[in-house]
Amino acid sequence: MSTLDTAAPGAHEEHHGPATGIGRWLFTTNHKDIGTLYLWFSLLMFLIGGVMALLIRSELFQPGLQLVEPGFFNQLTTMHGLIMVFGAVMPAFVGLANWMVPLMIGAPDMALPRMNNWSFWILPFAFAILVSTLFMDGGAPNFGWTFYAPLSTTYAPPSVTYFIFAIHIMGASSIMGAINIIATILNLRAPGMTMMKLPLFVWTWLITAFLLIAVMPVLAGVVTMMLMDIHFGTSFFNAAGGGDPVLFQHVFWFFGHPEVYIMILPAFGIVSQIIPTFSRKKLFGYASMVYATASIAILSFLVWAHHMFTVGLPLVGELFFMFATMLIAVPTGVKVFNWVATMYRGSLTFETPMLFAIAFVVLFTIGGFSGLMLAIAPVDFQYHDTYFVVAHFHYVLVPGAIFSIMAGVYYWLPKWTGHALNESMGKFHFWCSFIGVNITFFPMHFLGLAGMPRRIPDYALQFADFNMVATVGAFIFGFSQLLFVWNVIHCIRSRETVSAQVWEGAHGLEWEVPSPAPYHTHTTPPRVE
Amino acid sequence: MDAAQANRRLILRLLMASVLMFGFGFALVPLYDVFCKVTGLNGRITATGPVDAVAVDTARSVKVRLIAINNEGMPWAFGPTESLLRVNPGEMKQTAYRASNPTTRRMVAQAIPSVSPGEAAQYLHKINCFCFDSQALEGGGAIDMPLMFMIDTDLPESIHTITLSYTLFDISPDKTGTAENDTQEGGSPI
Ligand SMILES: [Cu+2]
Repeated sequence: MSTLDTAAPGAHEEHHGPATGIGRWLFTTNHKDIGTLYLWFSLLMFLIGGVMALLIRSELFQPGLQLVEPGFFNQLTTMHGLIMVFGAVMPAFVGLANWMVPLMIGAPDMALPRMNNWSFWILPFAFAILVSTLFMDGGAPNFGWTFYAPLSTTYAPPSVTYFIFAIHIMGASSIMGAINIIATILNLRAPGMTMMKLPLFVWTWLITAFLLIAVMPVLAGVVTMMLMDIHFGTSFFNAAGGGDPVLFQHVFWFFGHPEVYIMILPAFGIVSQIIPTFSRKKLFGYASMVYATASIAILSFLVWAHHMFTVGLPLVGELFFMFATMLIAVPTGVKVFNWVATMYRGSLTFETPMLFAIAFVVLFTIGGFSGLMLAIAPVDFQYHDTYFVVAHFHYVLVPGAIFSIMAGVYYWLPKWTGHALNESMGKFHFWCSFIGVNITFFPMHFLGLAGMPRRIPDYALQFADFNMVATVGAFIFGFSQLLFVWNVIHCIRSRETVSAQVWEGAHGLEWEVPSPAPYHTHTTPPRVE
Repeated sequence: MDAAQANRRLILRLLMASVLMFGFGFALVPLYDVFCKVTGLNGRITATGPVDAVAVDTARSVKVRLIAINNEGMPWAFGPTESLLRVNPGEMKQTAYRASNPTTRRMVAQAIPSVSPGEAAQYLHKINCFCFDSQALEGGGAIDMPLMFMIDTDLPESIHTITLSYTLFDISPDKTGTAENDTQEGGSPI
């Protein structure tokens, strides 16, 4: 079984550079190449999902139906969600893990380099299948990214089968990626790199990888049940045959809630790397950060029904899931406290990665607070399925997950390319994004509290003003991402070189290898004192 | 060097964990049923079959509202003979639902019950119910389908009204798209 081969720090490989031409990318087993592939893929998906978001916002600029058919609008919201979650955020984190985990723990490569190649290269196929459903008879999936049965079974367009297949492939890719990351972290650490010396990005990814292994198979299971209901006459979710649509929601959210932590724990890790660097202090409360991450991960399995307060849970159930959910605020609060305490009395400088990291702390906390509001079962009956929910999860995902990815890219890009960033353009990108994101999503809180339902192409007149504001913000945010693309390309092409340490306050093994990081690093394991 | 071996062992364990979790997803289906049965959650009636006669609690009476719903595309006329009953806990109550098949072909139907509030489900004993079996009707035929139930004397004081609803599904064998399960065993696929 060739995929089980370990990355032997083989002597003959030591002086190899990359192969040339397209073959380098197709057959590469180098963690840096694969990390780069993941990151470019994620950027492409982010732009495609972003175009869909702008189409949605354009339709919602004014009340009435102007641009798109309501049916196509539903396909847009579904595809936007699926592409952003599975195509943009998750692959970006896997890409960062591929690049940084071996560098940070002193490993020569990932533990399973060939499987690594596979787990990336099946992704483009999954998304080609998913995007191709837009051009099929009956259109793309239109049942929302949560694909509740029976909308996604009895009433689904024929393309649902392709959607299921795409989810299966993505799931396989994520599971392979997670196995690889766990094996790398547990088995390939440099001598002296004990678990409690691991950088937090590595810790958060280790925990995330376990979450992936626990819940991605459940997602694969639930879409398999859908497939059987649709094609093989079973009745998992069909009441006529004795099944239960509510069961779908239970199984889906058993995956779905840990999934939201899969999208945020690595973000916590990135921010925990960046803030100490630009505060020129050690991270405050390292051990408590590790334990907080682990407790968030454990709690994430006990709260899924907070997405289902309105399905008719018994009172005890509502109370249990309400309090369990609120309990998550405790470890999350520990983290926010530690970040702030790290900055307290530090010698702060505000380079682009730091700006994104601080914005992450502030705006993610706002998203956390609206999450607490949604956790209160009795008031959730009012907020459920309104724009308040949309505002909440976009605050934790856009200025949360996405900002952390951008912070990470800006932070590590000089290490990858060996070139300096254009700081003024980076800051310009930051301020446009920061202002744009708030103009887009803040008004959605008010829309939701006033009762505007989500997933509708048209709305009552009283919602017009805030929708117009949100659309303007969305265009500011959307187009300012072109600055990000420009910054990345500019950094790759720049001639201004940087030192190995890159940032004055940066510490860790990844800052001890030269910039740009050579094709093979840590071929002889470094010693950690 | 046994690093390769350690790696292999870890990977096999992790792969096994993913396979187990895939199985766990499916295990959630029967687990959910057991959970609903134990907790009476989701309005599933679990107490069925004959009961011992108990002293009737004449001090209180509970409203039982009977509701009928036709699932999409089900052409039968379907409804309770009485839509509101007053029942004393402990009392055996007999009533019926009436169904008629306005089409010209033989059809088979299955009624799926649900109780609201869900908490009340565990206190509702169904001694006999037409929903225990599927119902076949020739074209143009009609039938009175009996229902016999008792409300447990332990019913919490806070419950004054129980709504018992039946949704009628078309499970005729010539019809495709729905499952031909003829019992109301919850959740189990064929
Ligand atoms: Cu959740």
